[in-house]
Amino acid sequence: MEHSEDHVHVTVLPPDKAKIKKLWTVAGILGIVTAVEFVIAFTMGHGPLKTAIFVGLTIVKAGYIVGEFMHLRYEVKVLFWSILIPLTFIAWMLVAFIYEGMSIAGVRF
Amino acid sequence: MASTAAAPASGRSEWDGGVAPMGASYGKLMMWFFLLSDAFTFSALLITYGLVRSSHQAYTGEVENFVFSQAYWPIPEKVFESVPFLHGVSLPLVFVGIMTFILIMSSVTMVLAVEAGHRMDRATVEKWMLWTILGGLAFLGCQAWEWTHFIHGVEGEGANFVHAGLAHNPYGPPDFAAFFFFITGFHGFHVFSGVCFNFLIYYNTVMGVYERRGHYEMVEKVGLYWHFVDLVWVFVFTFFYLV
Repeated sequence: MEHSEDHVHVTVLPPDKAKIKKLWTVAGILGIVTAVEFVIAFTMGHGPLKTAIFVGLTIVKAGYIVGEFMHLRYEVKVLFWSILIPLTFIAWMLVAFIYEGMSIAGVRF
Repeated sequence: MASTAAAPASGRSEWDGGVAPMGASYGKLMMWFFLLSDAFTFSALLITYGLVRSSHQAYTGEVENFVFSQAYWPIPEKVFESVPFLHGVSLPLVFVGIMTFILIMSSVTMVLAVEAGHRMDRATVEKWMLWTILGGLAFLGCQAWEWTHFIHGVEGEGANFVHAGLAHNPYGPPDFAAFFFFITGFHGFHVFSGVCFNFLIYYNTVMGVYERRGHYEMVEKVGLYWHFVDLVWVFVFTFFYLV
């Protein structure tokens, strides 16, 4: 921190312990959720339920990354919804494309 | 930080762009909207993977009896089961798990750099940026190994063993390898550019650019990009490797 004094005078604030602890907690949650996904991958039979669990856990992880790491949860509501609402298009695209794919399989086989 | 919505910018009237309704700077907003558009691009790739996969026949037998065939889509855990230095040992998805861990950790070090930036703590920003760059390089190294292994497979698979390419691959229908190359390749390219940006930010921090500027917002903006790369990997991990 000595070189902070070169040209400009900078006041370095002490580390925000509570905030740093929270960040590590989020990291721990992400690690645990990934570990749970691993356990499920090898203990459960393939099927729609397994896929649904994976999708659910992925959305949990995405929520923590975007909300906490990318700080979106604490931004102004206008910004929050400007990002979230357009994502509904992706949900529709998913439904439409998978439905289409199953129809193609129905025609082919 | 961005909690003061509608705070008038200095020297500008309210009707002259003096109000920031979203409480974020121009650069940060544009990064958010770029990431939104990038999210559409990655969704298109992953959802198209879903379309093509669901339009192929699925393997219906027991997982233990699975053999690679062009007739049905392969089970990912049977394709990705190798780890460097553990030759011939079947460790499904372990290496991908390691890669996931590396990327999540580098996301943590990035957010710690951002936190240090808020406090104008140059030395700490430098430290965490270096760790983030290291994490990114480690991930890229893992991906290089993963690709090499995917293309060349394990030696001694027989004389008619084909290398994986866009036209043929030993694991299943051609589209399987095509999607592997496109999706992990496009993500890997994002990681690569992320590492370049991170290095640029590190360099500027060391040169004292942000200290003279009075804030470390660039660290935040590049941090957003880096977290997004991590976010995409979370989805690739689920939809390409787990499901």
